[in-house]
Amino acid sequence: MAFLQLKSIGQTYFSKRTATTALENVTLSVHEGEFVSFLGPSGCGKSTLLSIIAGLLAPTEGEIFLEEQPINGPHPKIGYMLQQDYLFPWKTIKENVLLGLKLRGQLNEEQVSNALSLLDEIGLSHVLDQYPMQLSGGMRQRVALVRTLATNPKILLLDEPFSALDYQTKLKLEDLVSFLLSEYDKTAILVTHDIGEAIAMSDRVILFSKNPGYIYQTFNMPETLKKLTPFETRQHPDYSVMFQQIWKELKNIEENNSD
Amino acid sequence: MKKTIVTKTHADFLKNIKKEKRHVLLIQLFIFFAFFVCWELFSRQKWIDPLLFSSPGKIWGLFVTKISDGSLFVHIGMTLSETIIGFLLGTLFGTMLATLLWWIPFLSKVLEPYLVILNAMPKVALGPILIVVLGPNFSSILAMGILISVIITTIVIFTAFNNVDPNYIKVVRSFGGSKFQCFKEVVLPACFPTIISTLKVNVGLSWVGVIVGEYLVSKQGLGYMIIYGFQVFNFTLVLLSLLIIAVLATIMYQLVDFLEKKLIKNR
Repeated sequence: MAFLQLKSIGQTYFSKRTATTALENVTLSVHEGEFVSFLGPSGCGKSTLLSIIAGLLAPTEGEIFLEEQPINGPHPKIGYMLQQDYLFPWKTIKENVLLGLKLRGQLNEEQVSNALSLLDEIGLSHVLDQYPMQLSGGMRQRVALVRTLATNPKILLLDEPFSALDYQTKLKLEDLVSFLLSEYDKTAILVTHDIGEAIAMSDRVILFSKNPGYIYQTFNMPETLKKLTPFETRQHPDYSVMFQQIWKELKNIEENNSD
Repeated sequence: MKKTIVTKTHADFLKNIKKEKRHVLLIQLFIFFAFFVCWELFSRQKWIDPLLFSSPGKIWGLFVTKISDGSLFVHIGMTLSETIIGFLLGTLFGTMLATLLWWIPFLSKVLEPYLVILNAMPKVALGPILIVVLGPNFSSILAMGILISVIITTIVIFTAFNNVDPNYIKVVRSFGGSKFQCFKEVVLPACFPTIISTLKVNVGLSWVGVIVGEYLVSKQGLGYMIIYGFQVFNFTLVLLSLLIIAVLATIMYQLVDFLEKKLIKNR
């Protein structure tokens, strides 16, 4: 039984003059505990697809099921994390972390202490009463991660969450996210345009083509890589093999599109 | 060795800043006193017409008389309360109207040209109509104070509402937040600085509205003192009112400025 199921999802945007198809016939299943990456050139609709799964955007075609239940709107079991941290500058770190619980009306003692201990686990309990602008980019993105995890979602949707960070911070954060997700047994979907990041973090990489966006190819990561942390994966010989394969296909997509 | 040089240069730097600050203040004070001394002197020497321009001495005399008979407090209290209520209500109504427009985008599209017309129109021109509708009293003056600031407030705050980064709203929506929660958690707090700064602009506008309103109808207030002084050709009275308005308007502006610094220090 698939945990998350996408059935022939299609998305078309309308403007006065044009109708643009961003996504076409995307069918996909994700298993519980799996880490899947959406990879593709910009404009392939991968972020749109993530917004659809998050329930922020209704697809023009197709349906989504989570544990056999259709999704129409933001779902409590789905957490969504954006490219930048989008911590609210007028709230303290504590208020930011508890925002999701507050919005869902789950601001009880147990949930709050869970959220705060999560913040403690990633080593940020000392900034509770500070404001986001007092923190570095990496710290802020870690806080944003805790904010997303605080409502205890089963699936995490990550929309290029590391792209605004410097390389070193990004590598550290990849390891942290990977560790936290497997520790709490979460399912995750990562949108990225970074091949290395996709290989390092995922169990499965789904490559999208563009105009319109559809699933071009799926790569299952070898077992040797799945066990390793993202940082270790990057050092492994199989990593380069995988990288070359995906690189070749990405180039194919671009060449097809330029014709 | 090097450290002592740096420390010394830094001390010099600070000294220079202090010195400049002192010079600016000194010259400001000089201009202030020179203005009043010249005024007094020119008036006594009849270089300027003392009937028109009065003199600081006479104005001070009138000030003391009016304080001791208590009548000045009545006028000041009247105008001050009209202005304060006017600009607070103007800002409040403007914010509420902007909220309504944000909430119902269709309404904002419909009302857009009317807002532009209302904004372009000089609100004080509505004075006679207000007086007919509300009567020649406190309420029509207050209405003028509100009217003059409410439209521009609506436009400024509505624009700010629409410029809030949609990704913050996305965060709230991804947690299943309602439209009301989006407004309360994101849109309103994000625009708080804008609201405070319109408060600053509205202080000035409300003074205009209230003084003009008093010109037209009132039996009390600083605007009334000006128009009465003008009618009986008592320009000492006119100038006294002007000076008091200048002082009060400045104090109010500074208070709002202080409030702004207190409230939005975290951004």
